[in-house]
Parts: sequence; structure tokens; C-alpha cells
Amino acid sequence: MTTIEKKETLIKGKANLEVFSETLISLAEKDRNILAVTSDSRGSGKLVPFADKLPDQIVEVGIAEQNLVGVAAGLASAGKKVYAVSPACFLTARSLEQIKNDVAYSDFPVVLVGISAGVSYGALGSTHHSIHDVAVLRAINNIEVVVPADNFEAEQTIIAASKATKPVFIKFGKKAMPVLPRLEQTFEIGKASTICEGSDVAFIACGETVLPAYEAAQILKEKGISAEVISMHTVKPLDEQAVLKAAQKCKAVITVEEHSVHGGLGEACASLLMQNGVSLPFKIVGIPDEDTATGSQEEIFEYYGITGDALMETALKLA
Amino acid sequence: MKKFTDLELQIKSVEYRLALLKYIKIAKAGHTGGSLSCTDILNVLYNDVLDVTPESFGDKNRNRYIQSKGHSVEALYVVLADKGFYPESDLETLCKGGSKYVGHPTRKIPGIEFNTGALGHGLPISAGIALAAKKDEADYKVFTLLGDGELAEGSNWEAAQMAAHYKLDNLVAILDHNALQITGTNREVNSPYPIDEKFRAFGWHVVEVDGNNITELRKTFQAVPEVKGKPTFVIANTVKGKGVSFMENEKKWHHGVPSDEQYELAMKELNGELERLSAIKVGE
Repeated sequence: MTTIEKKETLIKGKANLEVFSETLISLAEKDRNILAVTSDSRGSGKLVPFADKLPDQIVEVGIAEQNLVGVAAGLASAGKKVYAVSPACFLTARSLEQIKNDVAYSDFPVVLVGISAGVSYGALGSTHHSIHDVAVLRAINNIEVVVPADNFEAEQTIIAASKATKPVFIKFGKKAMPVLPRLEQTFEIGKASTICEGSDVAFIACGETVLPAYEAAQILKEKGISAEVISMHTVKPLDEQAVLKAAQKCKAVITVEEHSVHGGLGEACASLLMQNGVSLPFKIVGIPDEDTATGSQEEIFEYYGITGDALMETALKLA
Repeated sequence: MKKFTDLELQIKSVEYRLALLKYIKIAKAGHTGGSLSCTDILNVLYNDVLDVTPESFGDKNRNRYIQSKGHSVEALYVVLADKGFYPESDLETLCKGGSKYVGHPTRKIPGIEFNTGALGHGLPISAGIALAAKKDEADYKVFTLLGDGELAEGSNWEAAQMAAHYKLDNLVAILDHNALQITGTNREVNSPYPIDEKFRAFGWHVVEVDGNNITELRKTFQAVPEVKGKPTFVIANTVKGKGVSFMENEKKWHHGVPSDEQYELAMKELNGELERLSAIKVGE
């Protein structure tokens, strides 16, 4: 059974970004305190319908990401529920100091939305990739980091963030994501979701890499290997119990992320396991510390082994 | 808000300077020169303009003060103590292990709106608050204090452009223009001049004032915003180290801590000024 055949069994969905936009419109229609702040990014953020419907609730600051986050923090301090929306690559690098000081350290519950995250911009190259964001934000106190895998998680994250009393960073890709199966139709920031259960190898993935991890699990099943897939949508705070439980029931753990192998989900899991005295075959799959290969997101995933087939091979070597 | 006379505020400024030097001396740390240069500005804001008290601090429509030049925190801590936000004696713990009185503004301290200290942050934050006031049709004003060396930070110019675009006439940025930064004069380091023309070109209403003159500051701050539809930029010309002759216009006092001898000299000079002003008061 090939990956392509397996993909067809999943119900087609939209880009998480589109779900974000639709969800934000429905929330903002009911609450005029909700504002979207954009940096000439309403088009790529799919916020044109938001701007058309709720023109008083969009704040355009132009291409000025430092100001975007400072203004967002100021608005939040004055009682606004702010979604600061900008490409993840600029939002979490250009305005990192504003995230650190104005939002996290000053403790205002701004929702930072990194759009076209990871390697979504594909062949536009490393200037537009955001494979550092989880690492840098993990090292900043008082901010949650959420990487939704599919439309359900995207919608639930946006709703949860509207009620958050602490800063939240959410990142989305541009690709249409199929509806993933999941054991329970509940969602909570900080609580991992199990996509499928298994006992031989556990894939702990986040964002758009949960899909290839699930595809790998399906192929492994055909080979008689039972793979668990966990969507660790919240990388910070990490659902430690879910990681420890997966390591307990499986013989090997593979983490998968659209992020540098340094400082992301993989190293968070490795650190947790080691500090809890858990030793087992373990592999971090992500973007290595090198000039990222050129290509579309799909081609980059292929190059670095983030496909169902490649993850299946990784699992066979490890388990 | 209690109405002070100019003379009473002049006396307060000297008292603030005495206090901030005392706590810098105890802490063996602090940004002395800049705290002394902006003392009169903070004095007039908190005692004549903002109307912010411990009781009103939670009020959604309070006037806001964001200290972008966070390093001059000693002046702010002393003024907030005087306004009753906490006992002044708390400042004996300034910068000491375990103290909440950090060397830059922090919201852990009552009366402080934002955690500042990294430069170039106050103006974007203040523009955001001013925009929120516009959206809510609230009539509070937002004041922010910038350092002149700080103008080299590009984020200021991002916010300057945006504040004019959104016609934030409820926003007042005050420049503590003491013309000195840690390395030397602004002109030597990376000239920000002409500051007035730059802000005018960005669409701001610009006024200039003697930033160490209580009467002038009161007149200026009470008048702003003067122009509908434009944010206001106040260039407050100050003297770094103001009030202590050997600290004035000397870059080494940026974060210099006085020796025992220097401290005694400074106290003597400021106490002399206090006596002089108090005598005027008695004579009135």
C-alpha cells in the first residue's frame, strides 16, 4: 500500500489558515473587542474577508513587524483581544524582542499568529522559512506554543486562544490538510491528541507533519508493526504525561516536526525522557542544521524524510 | 488632583533628586545622569497632568505613562513612591537579591504599565494604547518618555509613521533631550538631528520646551495635544545629571555611582537648593 493510496482515504480539508480566518470572523462578529493586527499580510493571512466584514476590527500597520507586536501589546493592555498576524518567519525573528518584552515579560495575552510557517513558502527560500520559531519561543518564559495539525485543531486553537489569559503563539501552514482521525473529539491547549494507538513505535509529531506520521503508521500496519501517532499540537507547555506514556508502551519514539532539529519538539521530548530516566531508541526528524534544500514544501519534506514512506523506513530501522 | 504651585513642584524635584541619589547609592547601581535629567518631566506629569493614583490605576480610562527610556527607572520609582503606590523605604532593596525593584520598570511594581528597558519599545506600545482609546472613543491620553540616543532604534520610526497615519492626537511622546548617551554626544555617536524636522516630516506636531523648567513643562503638557489629528512630539531640552554640578553634562555619570565623598557633595548641593527654594516659599 502506498502513501498516495492512503491519503485518498482521508477526507479532504482546507488550509488551516483558512480555518483560522473563518473562525476569527465568527468570534469577532460576536465580540468587537477582538482585533486582527496585520503587517500588510491580510492577503497571505486569508484575512481579506475579515477586513471586508469587520473593517473596524482590523488594524493595518504595514510592513513593520516590530511595531506590529508593540502595538498589539499596547492594544491588549487597554483591554483588546488581539490577534497579531504576520508571516511566522518575520513575526518570530524581526519582532522577537517585542514578543519577549512587550508581550511575554509584560504579560499581556496577545495571540501571535505565525502564518505560512515552517517551510510553507517553499522555494522562496530560507529568508521566508520559519524553522527557528519553536526553539526561540520555548526559551521565552510565559508564552504557549501551539502547532495545529489539521482543521479541527486549528479551529479549536483559535477558540481556546480567544479565552487565553496568557500569550499564545500559533503557527499555520498554507497547505490544505485532510481531516485526521483522532481518538477523542476534545481539544485542550497543553493536552496531546492521539491520532491512532499503537504499541511498537510512537510517532510524536506536530503541525503538518502529523499527516505523514499517520501515513507511515498506516503503511507500518500493513507490515505488522503497530505505530502510535500523537499530535503534540502544544509544544509548550509539553504534555509530559503523553510523552512518557508513549515511551512506556512503545519500543521506540520518533519525533517529527517542520522545524530545525535543534530546540524544537524533538529536543523537548528527548530532554523530558532523559530527565525521567527513560532510555529507548529515539530519533528526531526535522530540518537539519544546514542550508535548507530548495523546493516546494512537499519537495523539502521529501528531501528530509518527512513523508509516510520515509518515516516508515525510519521506524523500521529503529523499532 | 491636588494643585501644586510651581514652587512646590520645584521643591519636589529637588526632593526627588535627593531620594533617587540616595537609593542609587544604597543599591550601588543605577542610571544616575538620565534619572536626574528627566526628574522634572516625571514630576510635572505625575503631579500636574496624569492624575494617576493608586486608587485610579485600575481605571480603564486612566491616562497612561510608558517610560520607554526604562533605564531611568530610579526617577520613576521615587515619583511613584511619592504618589503613594508603595512606601519609599521599599527602594532600599533596589537591585538587591530577591527585590522586586529591578533596575528597569516592571509591572511587579504598582503603578507601572509596561516592562520596559530594551529601547525602542515605548512608542509602538503607546501607539497601540492610543489606538485602543480611539477605538473605544475614550478620552484618555498616552504619554511616553524617550531617550535621545534611543531614537537610533528603528522601531521608533515604524511607530512614528503609524501614529501619524492613524491620527493619534491622544499620543504625546516626550524626548528627554539631554544630548548625551553612554558613548558620547548624540551628534558624535550617530546624529539624530534634525529631530524636529524629522518628526514634522513624519506628520507629528512638534513643540520644544526647557525640560528642566517646571513652569514651561506645565504650560506645554497642559496644552497638548494642541493639533487635532496629529500626535505630539515634545522635545524637552534637559541637562544630563541636572542638579548636581559635577554630574551635569558628563557622560561618565550615565550609570555612575557616587563615592561617599561625591555623594556628600551632591547631597550638600541639593540640600542647599532645597533650603533656597524653601526660603522663597516662607517668604511668600
